[in-house]
Amino acid sequence: MSLRRRLVTVVGSFGILTLAVVLWAPTVGSTPISLARAFDAALPWADNVDAQIFFVARLPRVLAGALIGATLAAAGVVLQALLRNPLATPFTLGVSAGAALGAMLAIAWRLDVGALGVSSVPIASFLGSLAAILIVYWLASSQRRGLSTNVLLLAGVTLNSFFSALILFVQYLADFAESFRTVRWLMGDLDVGSYGPLLAATPFIITAFAVFATLPRALNLLTMGDDVAASRGVDVVRAQQWAFVSASLATGAAVSLGGPVGFIGIVVPHLVRLMVGADHRVVLPAATLFGAAFLVLCDLLARTVMAPVEVPVGIITALIGGPFFLWLLVRQS
Amino acid sequence: MLRADDVSFRYHADTPLVVDGVTLEVARGDLVGILGPNGSGKTTLLRLLSGTRAPTSGTVRLVAEPLHGLSRRDIARRLAVVPQEVELAFEYTALEIVLMGRHPHLGLFQVEGPGDYAIAREALAATGTAHLESREFHTLSGGEKQRVVIAAALAQAPDVLLLDEPTASLDLGYQLDIAALLSTLNRDRGVTMAISTHDLHLAASICRTLVLMRGGRVLAHGPADTVLTPAHVRALYDVEADVHVHPDTGHLTVVPVRRVRA
Repeated sequence: MSLRRRLVTVVGSFGILTLAVVLWAPTVGSTPISLARAFDAALPWADNVDAQIFFVARLPRVLAGALIGATLAAAGVVLQALLRNPLATPFTLGVSAGAALGAMLAIAWRLDVGALGVSSVPIASFLGSLAAILIVYWLASSQRRGLSTNVLLLAGVTLNSFFSALILFVQYLADFAESFRTVRWLMGDLDVGSYGPLLAATPFIITAFAVFATLPRALNLLTMGDDVAASRGVDVVRAQQWAFVSASLATGAAVSLGGPVGFIGIVVPHLVRLMVGADHRVVLPAATLFGAAFLVLCDLLARTVMAPVEVPVGIITALIGGPFFLWLLVRQS
Repeated sequence: MLRADDVSFRYHADTPLVVDGVTLEVARGDLVGILGPNGSGKTTLLRLLSGTRAPTSGTVRLVAEPLHGLSRRDIARRLAVVPQEVELAFEYTALEIVLMGRHPHLGLFQVEGPGDYAIAREALAATGTAHLESREFHTLSGGEKQRVVIAAALAQAPDVLLLDEPTASLDLGYQLDIAALLSTLNRDRGVTMAISTHDLHLAASICRTLVLMRGGRVLAHGPADTVLTPAHVRALYDVEADVHVHPDTGHLTVVPVRRVRA
């Protein structure tokens, strides 16, 4: 089958799945609502309780899930190709640890300087992720022209544990209530409350996806090694820089929005590759759409499985993702 | 076609030259073998010739244009490389690998068209791997992998093909297969090639021109049957060898006799 037809089939089927999930998920909850009533334009807004619940109470959270799931899955695909390592995740290079440290500090210092409808915690967390990106980039490019993927990995892993230690230190010094908030943040929470945070994160994520769109053929070739990619006509240094910066930026924005929701960035790319093969021109859009549907469904489970108590979504993704990851490891060896 | 003028290279400012003042020419239609012991700078020289490394001094020219003035894409449309070994991080089929050779001929968002598929399938056929097109690369044998990688390089439609030790990890049967394939590609399709190799049999049987390298310098350069002498083999490897013309094939045959210490 030609690539164009494969793309149409894959994007069409995953697109329908994602759209269906995004429309269905807000109808489920403590008060069941009807999709038909919610979209009934004949009813005035003030009288349409279903529409109010759908659009005000539940849709922001569902869209946050879709946006974060799509971003982490796509960033996972890009970073796995860049590092030539199928076990890499968007959090491997320290971006999420930087974001977490930023969030911890904002919570512990009770920073309250929100801007543009976004509170201080996501802003601090995004700044933390930017700091981590700059540090890792600087380390990996100091040795030679271009990025050393080995140094990238080592620097990322080291930064992760260094930041984790700082996070524990901040938590140790914080009082009981703050400490609980920090722990809760680390478990991931898609309840963004309104459309404001979504709108703030979207420009960064759209920019990153615009860069992703130019990368797939280069990513295919990068998985064969730098020299092969270069001899096939890829500007390796530039492709690596764009891939690292765009994937990290998108990850930073997604993590500031919903916390470090684990395993999406590794489970979804692998599942998608099993279904559609390894060509990044197909994997990238498929993982984007499937990641969105996957996280929305996980969050649906999170808020219904023990209702009225809500399970943090990071626990659900880890409970599903952890065993799956181990199965992949066993299967690969 | 491809020319190096007094080219030198070191990996770091404080390390010795790996390639030291090499001048050589790969003429159109020629099949050049680059021979030398381990660490003689063969692989580095190929990297300089393919432009994946820039020389510390000297110039490499493709036709008349200096490589450093061309983009990676411009170079890749005219020059292809077959690395010693390809390791994939993900599972691609043989056809997908060969189609990737079309990369420098496609625009940023362009998708391979029927013409590109035809070129890729023709390259698979030319390397005797047409029946493997939908097999996953990692399930192929060493010889099959090497032929698929050569097909990917051919799909690039290059004027010059550079091969880094194409027979190094293959058994005797596959070594002869690859030698025959390269010879056919050179003779029937007019592909200009430069091959770095340890394989004296390959060099003697298919190469028209030989470049002998030791310590980053060119020891001798010329037609295969005049360059491949016992004296040169000794100077190259510190090995005493007999060089005969094989009665059946008419090629030179090198028989190592004993190690001598310089």
